[in-house]
Amino acid sequence: MSIKDRVAIIGVGTTKFGENFEMTYQDMALEAVYEAYQDAGLETKDMDAAWLGTLSPGLTGLEGDAGASLAEPLNFYPRPVTRVSAYCCSGMEAIRNAAFGVASGEYKLVLAVGVEKMREVPPRGSLVARHIHETHPLLSKGRTAPGIFAPIATRYFHQYGYTKETLAKVAVKNHYNGSLNPKAHFRSPITEEAALKAPMVVDPLGLFDCCPTTDGAAAAILTTPEFAQELKKDYILIKGMGLAVTHGYFSMAFQEDNDFLGFKSTREAAAMAYRQAGIKDPRKEIDVAEVHDCFTITELVNYEDLGFCGRGEGGRLIAEGITALNGELPVNTSGGLKSCGHPVGATGVRMVADVVSQLRGRSGKRQLKKVDIGLTHTLGGPGSIACVFVLGRP
Amino acid sequence: MVGITSYGAYIPKYRLARDVIAKAWGPRFISGERAVANYDEDSLTMATEAALNCLQGRDPKSVDGLIFASTTSPYLEKQASTLVATAADLPAEIFTADQLSSLRAGTAALKSAMDAVKGGSSKNILITAADSRRAEPGSDSEQLIGDGAAAVMVGSTGVAASIEGTYSVSEEFLDAWRKQDDAFLQKGDSAFIQTYGYARIVQNCVEGILKKYEMKTGDISKFIFSAPDSRIYARLAKTLHLPPGSFMEDPLLTTVGDTGAAGPLMLLVAVLEKAQPGERILLCSYGAGNSDAFLLQVTPEAERLRERQGVSFYQNIKRPLTNYEKFLKFQNTLPHEPLAPFSSWALLWKEQKQNLRLYGTRCKKCGTFAFPRRRVCQKCHAKDEYEEAKLPRQGKVYTFAKDHLFPSPDPPTVMAVTDMDGGGRFYGQLTDGDPNQVKIGMPVELTFRRFHQGDGFYNYFWKLRPRE
Repeated sequence: MSIKDRVAIIGVGTTKFGENFEMTYQDMALEAVYEAYQDAGLETKDMDAAWLGTLSPGLTGLEGDAGASLAEPLNFYPRPVTRVSAYCCSGMEAIRNAAFGVASGEYKLVLAVGVEKMREVPPRGSLVARHIHETHPLLSKGRTAPGIFAPIATRYFHQYGYTKETLAKVAVKNHYNGSLNPKAHFRSPITEEAALKAPMVVDPLGLFDCCPTTDGAAAAILTTPEFAQELKKDYILIKGMGLAVTHGYFSMAFQEDNDFLGFKSTREAAAMAYRQAGIKDPRKEIDVAEVHDCFTITELVNYEDLGFCGRGEGGRLIAEGITALNGELPVNTSGGLKSCGHPVGATGVRMVADVVSQLRGRSGKRQLKKVDIGLTHTLGGPGSIACVFVLGRP
Repeated sequence: MVGITSYGAYIPKYRLARDVIAKAWGPRFISGERAVANYDEDSLTMATEAALNCLQGRDPKSVDGLIFASTTSPYLEKQASTLVATAADLPAEIFTADQLSSLRAGTAALKSAMDAVKGGSSKNILITAADSRRAEPGSDSEQLIGDGAAAVMVGSTGVAASIEGTYSVSEEFLDAWRKQDDAFLQKGDSAFIQTYGYARIVQNCVEGILKKYEMKTGDISKFIFSAPDSRIYARLAKTLHLPPGSFMEDPLLTTVGDTGAAGPLMLLVAVLEKAQPGERILLCSYGAGNSDAFLLQVTPEAERLRERQGVSFYQNIKRPLTNYEKFLKFQNTLPHEPLAPFSSWALLWKEQKQNLRLYGTRCKKCGTFAFPRRRVCQKCHAKDEYEEAKLPRQGKVYTFAKDHLFPSPDPPTVMAVTDMDGGGRFYGQLTDGDPNQVKIGMPVELTFRRFHQGDGFYNYFWKLRPRE
């Protein structure tokens, strides 16, 4: 039995993404959830269970280490709250598990929330420090988050002849989209020249090839399509959900079958989601996509891994404007991780909220004309886990 | 016949022109350049390099002893030779020892190895000597000292230079020292120590061994002495009336520097690389009143060792260190927070065969190789049906990146994915290279380095470096 059309999303909420110095972890969780409540016309007493996605509780006094960090601000007691963690897929993984909770028949209304507080410490004290200080003492030591993706850019350039200018086009597109998104971390358009001139972070990735260190939270309320209809909400249906784990954490770069030109995890997760949703030609059938652009190169290989184009054609897709806001298949109309920022646990839920808004025609200046099918994609760790959802209107 | 059956050496790639030091502090005491250990090198890693070169083409299982000689062992308490032996993949059932705190530690090790082989308690003992001493910035020693390592195998089969005789002198004399807490080398009155220390004691030792074996200066083809300074070295040769050509004009001082406990063995390796069968060599070390002399005779087996990575090989492999401040950072003279990420000896102990000896797994069912090791085969899913197999040490860069975030005294940190020649892949830091020269396809090899001080101890592991 497929998951297709068995779970509906009836409300979404997102905090402002940015350096939320004035908000605690719990404040952000609360803000996102109450916005989703307002959207759905529901409240805490209506909920049966919740899932909480957070990657790194260590960045803020272990908040997010367990479901209690969500139950406490909402006074959600004594209902079950499950914390999930799957690297950068943590947010989508919270939704995926919440969806199974509904599909199983056990729960009618559930919350899926993603929260990450990264700016209680300086940017270099966050995920950078986590890679440097908390990983295996020896294996892969020297790798940082941009260091995971930079060697892909090196190999990608070598293999297909692209240059940093291709990467800059991704940054320019996503910064432009972000400039139209009131909740994005970065709201200024940039030029290709500025992107190319920026200092190197992990060569060949420069500053504008990297997403920032950001605070944020996002929430979604899930229920059965039957109950969604009862509530007469402009709900959105889950058409397919794939999660693929294809490698380990420290050893992925040691794997000889890893060609450093894309991610098997994305290809596998997309295959699962497409099979469930009945997608045969993603380029034609998908109207809008939020994909994991933690770094500009990642967006290019995502195009290929998600089947938007053939291997090696990602650079051409961006150059031809196919994925621009006014293109044939707009990607990251929110501004992506590049402009919204990447509060890890929140990102996947934020993506779902953005695609749900596009499908409901509520994306303001970024609203696309014809949107029936949308896609979200997150990629986690060294690229060893990927999650892909296909969402659609009833 | 007991003697040297193999040898190897190591000189760190970075060379600091003495002009660079003189630019910071004034007069230049000696011309040329000195070798400088990279920030991730120490005596233990350099000794490992020399040991691996000495072992080239030999079965590590044939070695039954290893002695590490140095005055700069990374630990005051914790034997270094055990780790050198492990990284060199020597068997666990061997005798290991550290010979420390004297500049003649290398020859002291040679003497005890020779005695052990002669006495029949050991067959093949690997001696690896390394030093990386620190001198006060601005002192003449800062210019004179250099970093380096040499290794010799002592055995009784395939002897390339037989040890025909020995002689030692041990007289209480204080000329150079480091107390427990001294950061830098301390030295006594130079006029006094030159006359009554080095020159007199080495002279006594050389004359003593010649007399003991009824030989004359003319019977010796090559004299090798510890050489702490070019002037007093030249004066000694004059005092002994050595004919020109019977000693090295420049005992590596203008190209490497005074490598302390490694010095005599490095000079021995340099001489053996060019020695002809039948030649007699007199080797004499010196360290604070102690001197060991050896009479060696070169055999036809010496020809067999010509292709070894020894002193002349490394003399040509260099990268200039043009920045004095970087030198101070490499030497740990500039105070800085040491990198101390998570580590756990309990974890590393379990993984030492993989991380130190570089063993992965090869599936017995389908032959698939995995590094890091896999209990369940990546291809055929067989569980616990593997044999341990070594990761090759040489390969070619598949892709790479230059990281400006990872803390390093020598940024950026180049991380390279490398396909090893013969199978397997390694991903790790690339050291000793010019980041601008790194390319896909570049030949590289694994080198043993000091990583960080996680959990309060020194964590050692392998890095990549450009292959020469």
